[in-house]
Amino acid sequence: MTTPQQSGNEFFSLTVNGMSHQVQDAWVGESLLYVLRERLGLPGTKGACEQGECGSCTVIMDGEAVCACLVMAATAVEADIVTVEGLSPDGEPTDVQRSFVDAGGVQCGFCTPGLIVAVHHLLDRNPTPNELEIREAISGNICRCTGYGRIFEAVRQARDARQEQVHE
Amino acid sequence: MTPSASTTTRTNTGTATTSRGVLGTSALRPDGLPKVQGRFAFSSDAWADNMLWGATLRSPHPHAAIRSIDVSGALAINGVSAVITADDVPGQLTYGLIASDQPVFARDVVRYAGEPVAAVAADHPETARRALAAIRVEYEVLRPLVDAEDAIAGSFPAIHPDGNVIRRQRVIRGDQNFTGEVVVEGTYEIGMQDQAFLGLEAALALPDDDGGGIELFVATQWLHEDQKQIAACLNLPTSNVRLTLGGVGGAFGGREDISLQVHCCLLALKTGRPIKMQYGREESFFGHIHRHPARIFMRHHADRDGTLRRVEARVVLDGGAYASTSSAVLINAVTHMQGPYTCDIATVDGYAVRSNNPPCGAMRGFGVVQACFAHESQMDKLAAACGMDPVEIRLKNAMTTGDKLITGQVMESVAPVERCIRETAALPLPSALAETPDVLALPGGSGLTARTSNIKRGIGWGVSMKNLMYSEGFDDYATARCRLADGVVTLQFATAEVGQGFVVLAQQIARSVLGVDTVLLEPISTAIGSAGSTSASRQTWMSGGAVDGACRVVRERLFEHVAAVHNIDSLRLAINGTDVVDTMGALRISVATASRDLVLDETFEHHHRATEELDENGQGNCHVAFAFVAHRAVVDVDTELGLVKVVQVATAQDVGRVLNPLAALGQVEGGIAQGLGLAVMEEIVLVDGKMRNPSFTDYLLPTALDAPDVVVSMIEEPEPQAPLGAKGIGEPPCISVTPAIVAAIRDATGKDLARVPVRPQDIVFG
Repeated sequence: MTTPQQSGNEFFSLTVNGMSHQVQDAWVGESLLYVLRERLGLPGTKGACEQGECGSCTVIMDGEAVCACLVMAATAVEADIVTVEGLSPDGEPTDVQRSFVDAGGVQCGFCTPGLIVAVHHLLDRNPTPNELEIREAISGNICRCTGYGRIFEAVRQARDARQEQVHE
Repeated sequence: MTPSASTTTRTNTGTATTSRGVLGTSALRPDGLPKVQGRFAFSSDAWADNMLWGATLRSPHPHAAIRSIDVSGALAINGVSAVITADDVPGQLTYGLIASDQPVFARDVVRYAGEPVAAVAADHPETARRALAAIRVEYEVLRPLVDAEDAIAGSFPAIHPDGNVIRRQRVIRGDQNFTGEVVVEGTYEIGMQDQAFLGLEAALALPDDDGGGIELFVATQWLHEDQKQIAACLNLPTSNVRLTLGGVGGAFGGREDISLQVHCCLLALKTGRPIKMQYGREESFFGHIHRHPARIFMRHHADRDGTLRRVEARVVLDGGAYASTSSAVLINAVTHMQGPYTCDIATVDGYAVRSNNPPCGAMRGFGVVQACFAHESQMDKLAAACGMDPVEIRLKNAMTTGDKLITGQVMESVAPVERCIRETAALPLPSALAETPDVLALPGGSGLTARTSNIKRGIGWGVSMKNLMYSEGFDDYATARCRLADGVVTLQFATAEVGQGFVVLAQQIARSVLGVDTVLLEPISTAIGSAGSTSASRQTWMSGGAVDGACRVVRERLFEHVAAVHNIDSLRLAINGTDVVDTMGALRISVATASRDLVLDETFEHHHRATEELDENGQGNCHVAFAFVAHRAVVDVDTELGLVKVVQVATAQDVGRVLNPLAALGQVEGGIAQGLGLAVMEEIVLVDGKMRNPSFTDYLLPTALDAPDVVVSMIEEPEPQAPLGAKGIGEPPCISVTPAIVAAIRDATGKDLARVPVRPQDIVFG
């Protein structure tokens, strides 16, 4: 059995936030979460359960929200991956990021990147989610600080602001 | 060595803000944008060139003698740089918050399943995992002590040199032979709850080049306490152990105790290389302490009209293998057994015991959660026995300022208990369940399990009091430094920002006191004096008091300077908006102008008033201050399947003064969710001392679909003792919501539910 640092000169490429990244000398067992954080310098995606239960590591893969902890990095070579860093590449916060700050949806902030990605995914699919649709869409993202009240408010604010833009 | 963490830590707190954002406004947190953009550096994001990964080997047995440890197999693995055991600890072999009774590594005996035995440093987390698997430990399995009553009875050999009883404390007051006209009693159980903060334990240790010191970036609640304990174990002068707060992903009490700090530093000093350690979720369940499971017998005596006369209680807290803060948790439990009610006679006997279960210590509510579930269940029984409703009996007995507590201490805090109850009762009730409700709104949710004909609605009440700050003579002071130069304030403090929002509060204080817009924050580190722990609902009061004090001293210096320049008495000067104004003349200059070419730099320590230890009868002025809250819960229960949906929680909380409405609301809603978890979901299940559910798959946490609607009324009666008039608000939200929810389930089902969390089988078969 090869050790993690002896796996030879193999490499594979991942497409993350529109850029191709070469992943060198990775151990085959590394998750997408590990590779993003430890090899590609993208620590915005967080790990908190390693079982796909908490949603902290939510990223978009080919348009679907997935838990990066459950994806083997080497199997993601064909995929188009978007992380929290890719949502605001020029540093200007998105409407959802702004609403999370304004509505008080951020406390410790550890669940936040995953929620931001999940809410973008929700509003892209369904621009006018009702209360239960909002709750259902983020029920895979555990937050231990807020009790979710201000997060719901943040989603409502982002939803309503987008609707106002549509109607203007 | 230049760690990347030092620069990223600076960006965590160094963000300037130009909004006025004074006290009383919903000023936005300076770490908000970095957090939503994934730029905020949590301790698990710290990274250094040439670093190695640390990992911990833990005992699989709750109680065993260690016959031998063979690390040669691990050392033979390519990529492993070090393996350490108890033999590699150069200083004190044990640590602990109150008693230093917990070994850095078990040497001869392991006392709980999950106790650290060895640690490794390797080039990759997977190499480290394999190295742990290659360490051979020969155990002789011993019978575990898992029943707290065995510890009390003395029927089990001591499992630790300090004995099996960590502390016993009575509270005895008044006529011990008194019998009420109405007597109700019950035995209540509280399960072991986990803090389940999202950001797992993580640290990066950087050894000094000469090996004579170390720098640690770590997620903790109290940098200086960690520093003291780490230095003792490393046998280094305290000043050579320098800590900086790594971004903290929640705490809730679970980071008060040392977890990986000493192991991480030992590996760094042994290898001479940076060491990163981070726990996975399963290891986190073993790596930090939990809320004490408790068994509480209570008997209430009252007059026929419902007037509470006497409380009797026997409180047993299972502290697990090591003491942690058990003795202080016990004090909180036994001194809060009366609840927020006037009561002259008490007979309370409490034990915190040692067992071979996982160690327990601080969690939000700290002993009062357990006491409250018992006394509030009792108040409902008393109401029923007296033919009163739950609100009526609580109003009748509501404590007021000036009351004598069962400890003999006079309630000097503002005590608006009656107002908490009345304002909660005045909050609107939720609408009835729709005739054809969305399945997601039903108990059990999208499992499509509930039939609406089986759903019953119930309403329940809980009211609580909670002490603020540390007790029993402990001087948990806080330090802050304020520097004003050219209209810009820079604040420095060691207050652990764990998510609660002290970083924004500190900025608000400085803006209010000094009339500045821009408030910069230095990295949170041991470069300044202690701020005490972020716990016991104390940082708004204590560190807020320290920041306020430092800013006020700087303001005085500024006024003296302006007064000298303009040849007037400095007492005439005041801050108005962003200006210094002469209250008796025409002078008005901006703070920016007034402070040009000046550097005013002051450090301030805030101390709360002194408290006393309890005597053997539990009498004494042991607490600093108190806060109060009422909760009303509405639940829908599927009586056939035993499933609960908490529909709404209404609450009125005594907060003294709201300093940041948005942040205060977030604390209230978040605490309610945690109390809901304890009521119906969360429990670490132990079988013979072994944890059966150390994962987020099996330890259930409230999700967005479990969150109730929360309606809140903030009761603002400024607290004269508090520097800003504000009481701590962190703990009260999670305390009486648990009994309120259980009372609502009782109301819906008629079942006598005496333990939390309430499980489906308790509802269906109980």
